[in-house]
Amino acid sequence: MQPLSNIESLLHFSPEILLVIFAAAVIILDLVVKNRESVAVAHLALVGCICTFAAVLFIHFSFRNPVSLFEGMIRLDEFSTFFKILLLLATTATILFSLRSEELDAKLKGEYYALLLAITLGMFLMASSTNLLMIFIALETVSLTSYILAGFLTHSPRSSEAAFKYITYGAVASGTMLFGLSLLFGMAGTGDLTQISGRLTELLASGEVSSLTVLIAITFVLAGVGYKIASVPFHMWSPDVYEGAPIPITAFLSVASKSAGFALFIRFFYTGFGSTGLMESVDWPLMLAIVSALTMTVGNLAALPQQNVKRLLAYSSIAHGGYLLMGGVLLTSEGVGAILFYLVVYLFMNLGAFYVVVLVANEMGSETIDGYRGLGSRAPFVAIAMVVFLASLTGLPPLAGFFGKWLLFTAVLEQGYYWLALVGLLNSVVSLYYYARIFKVMYFEDAEEDTDRVSFSTGTFALLSTFVIPTIFIGFLNIFYTFSNISVSVIPMQ
Amino acid sequence: MLLSLMIFIPLLGMITVLLLPRESEELIKRVTLIFTLIPLALAVYLFITYNRSTAGTQYVVNVPWIEAFNIQYHIGIDGLSVTLLLLTALLGPICVIASWRNIEKGIKAYMALFLLLETGMLGFFAALDLFLFYVFFELTLLPMYFLIGIWGGPRREYAAIKFFLYTLFGSVLMLVAMIAVYLNSNADGFSRTFDIPTLIALASTEGHALADPKFQMWVFLGFFIGFAVKVPIFPFHTWLPDAHVEAPTAISVILAGVLLKMGTYGLVRVNMAMFPLGLDHFTNGIGFWGNSLALLGFINIVYGSFCALAQTDFKKLVAYSSIGHMGFVILGLAARNDTGITGAILQMFNHGVISAMLFLLVGVLYDRAHHREINGFGGLGTRMPVYTGITTLAFMASLGLPGLSGFVGEALSLLGAYSEFKWLTILSTIGIVVGAAYFLWTLQRVFLGNLNPKYEELPEINGREILTLVPLAILTILLGVWPNLAIDMFRESVTNLVNVLKVI
Repeated sequence: MQPLSNIESLLHFSPEILLVIFAAAVIILDLVVKNRESVAVAHLALVGCICTFAAVLFIHFSFRNPVSLFEGMIRLDEFSTFFKILLLLATTATILFSLRSEELDAKLKGEYYALLLAITLGMFLMASSTNLLMIFIALETVSLTSYILAGFLTHSPRSSEAAFKYITYGAVASGTMLFGLSLLFGMAGTGDLTQISGRLTELLASGEVSSLTVLIAITFVLAGVGYKIASVPFHMWSPDVYEGAPIPITAFLSVASKSAGFALFIRFFYTGFGSTGLMESVDWPLMLAIVSALTMTVGNLAALPQQNVKRLLAYSSIAHGGYLLMGGVLLTSEGVGAILFYLVVYLFMNLGAFYVVVLVANEMGSETIDGYRGLGSRAPFVAIAMVVFLASLTGLPPLAGFFGKWLLFTAVLEQGYYWLALVGLLNSVVSLYYYARIFKVMYFEDAEEDTDRVSFSTGTFALLSTFVIPTIFIGFLNIFYTFSNISVSVIPMQ
Repeated sequence: MLLSLMIFIPLLGMITVLLLPRESEELIKRVTLIFTLIPLALAVYLFITYNRSTAGTQYVVNVPWIEAFNIQYHIGIDGLSVTLLLLTALLGPICVIASWRNIEKGIKAYMALFLLLETGMLGFFAALDLFLFYVFFELTLLPMYFLIGIWGGPRREYAAIKFFLYTLFGSVLMLVAMIAVYLNSNADGFSRTFDIPTLIALASTEGHALADPKFQMWVFLGFFIGFAVKVPIFPFHTWLPDAHVEAPTAISVILAGVLLKMGTYGLVRVNMAMFPLGLDHFTNGIGFWGNSLALLGFINIVYGSFCALAQTDFKKLVAYSSIGHMGFVILGLAARNDTGITGAILQMFNHGVISAMLFLLVGVLYDRAHHREINGFGGLGTRMPVYTGITTLAFMASLGLPGLSGFVGEALSLLGAYSEFKWLTILSTIGIVVGAAYFLWTLQRVFLGNLNPKYEELPEINGREILTLVPLAILTILLGVWPNLAIDMFRESVTNLVNVLKVI
């Protein structure tokens, strides 16, 4: 199939273009609006998300076949559509959270929402790039924007510290990845992912390049991707950044950044390195399996003693990155399907949990576990919602998290990785312990001072319900399994 | 349909309770009672109309649930499950009545969680799809955790999380085994399945992947550990005394009466029926592994009994006696013959009834004296004659006095086991002697002798409490003199199971 030329591609590229237009419009509107308390800017950003969403669906249903855009730089297929929808949901939720969060400084709102739209654009590109250069540009767009967003609480030293750490780690990871990409480009002579696999296999077979070089290149690229999905040993930044950043941004990074990272990961490894001939000499799946096992174990063990709920959820999201990686080592469509399904579930349960953190921070002014004391009687609905989210993160049936884990473990066991499945399952047991600590303070301990009931607005209940209901029911519905399976089918396998 | 109604009526009750205002406590209690009485009525109806002359499952509902993985909503009852469903449904209203006065805070949440728990338990005993079975199994965890953790005694937090972690640990191993079975379940031209009857059939089809002895041994182990934590079987039992001591009375009743049975029921339904070759590996009487299941039964009986003997906390004593009595179930099952399995199943039901009585009785005393120290009482017989009478009946039933129900189950289990594991069975009878010792000794310390002056004003057991105990006492006597009332229910199912096991 011939890639479309630059001009022809523009129509297919309309969701991304819309994002750019709205990001600019948000900044201009911010200059025009005099009232600092106005929420018009945020609402415009929301409209931007909705328009983009409509455009994504329009393109998907008007041009069904997968196409390559911009002379093969970008690919438009079900896989990228899946991630675009997922990312837009996350962005929309983040804007809604930001509207309700009391942390954020009103004066800076214009840039904030413009940056949110810009980072979404970067993530769109991460999910659809098929060229080494484009991959790097997409990754950098996301990274640079997220550094600013993480440091957005200008009055908070912790937030600045987070941004600084983020940049330092990020620069190293990007540099390493770029080096890896240049090695690949040098060996294969092309930046096109779809051709790299074939070239490298030939070169390895003829002995022109050694498998060690390829392994080094892959490892270096993995540094960049691993940094985005916070896998061991590139996870160090995430607890500090998650703790210091504004809560909506933490929620966004933990869900959207991770999802985009996995989109890139899957496309890069499956399209670029999925051929059997290549794997005979370079056993990267085993390397990833070890990384996955380490990631979940480190994440879960480090979460155990945490006193700050944001930090606890940060480590928990590292652990979830580990679970998700399990699906990536398998090179089967079941594995990728499980990742995609889990990302949908994870979006709802993790964003929901972070929304509760936003609410508690607003009402109790605390992010520590102690701030949740007596929440069960003070705000029953919020507490029940938190139980649902955390139980789902643990993977207890009949909640959606269980179905997600179940798919992942089934895929892992099917490929005979018994040890990996066992490590993953035992990690679930460990994770129960720290999630249950939140249950414990919410229900088993009474609030020390004010024990009055906290009342929330109807809007809050409605927003919380939009996370609770999917977290309970997604697993029961056939459509989501089908949805994620279709998205997988377009990724070329072995 | 009837069966689905029975399972989900408590869930409907939970939603109803959640919608009621939390100030109207009396209303909440009454509504909960009604929503637990309906399943009881349905269970009695099922019990009466169940066709005793066949081993097949009845009242079957089988509709697709998650088609992508061939998961079905498949429920049905056979003799074993209908017996345990009746037990569960009976204990439901009894526990609601027992909680009527002594739950002080958050009655709404308590009743809502209790109803959710009941749905989980009823669903578990009726499920015929492995996935559904697992979902219901796990559904009981979260309510139980909160019920112990919020309304329990001083060390409730520790007890609750210990219960939760132990059970979840067992469950994940079970999950691995379950997935392994699913992945190997595709026969020629068929897709993979979780359907229990189909899996049982495949597991005994020569040459099928599920019928491989080595495979069966491993998945047997996976499921076994999951259920062993629940039973509990030594060495996974340490959560039980903690959970029992801290849990409120009604929850102890459910824990001992139903939750422990979920473990043994799972052993029969999955481990024995589905993996006869795996079972054979652990019960064929050859070498250490061949005796291991019976050995675990023996350890449970003797160890549980001796531990009970050493307790001075009344509730802990009953908890350890539970461990001992569940040992008879394991021993009976390990025998793999008609007598042993019949005895084991009967013992499941009887233990459910008797231990429920014992925990209710401990609760009655605790509500009055606010402690459970056995040595702190004395001479209560003169002060509370009716209470003493009922307690004596429960003690006698539990220690296995002929004429009461406890005797029949234990005797049949031992009889069945004797033909297979002669020495272990003989040694296990030590448990019965020790059992008599600790119960009689407790009887002596609490009820006989001079009345402790502190308790001269202790009020007699009241009408509400008697109401919770009478149905159980009647069952104890009835099944003691007429055990066939229960045995007839599952005779065909047991014969069927033994035939499956004999083929090996």
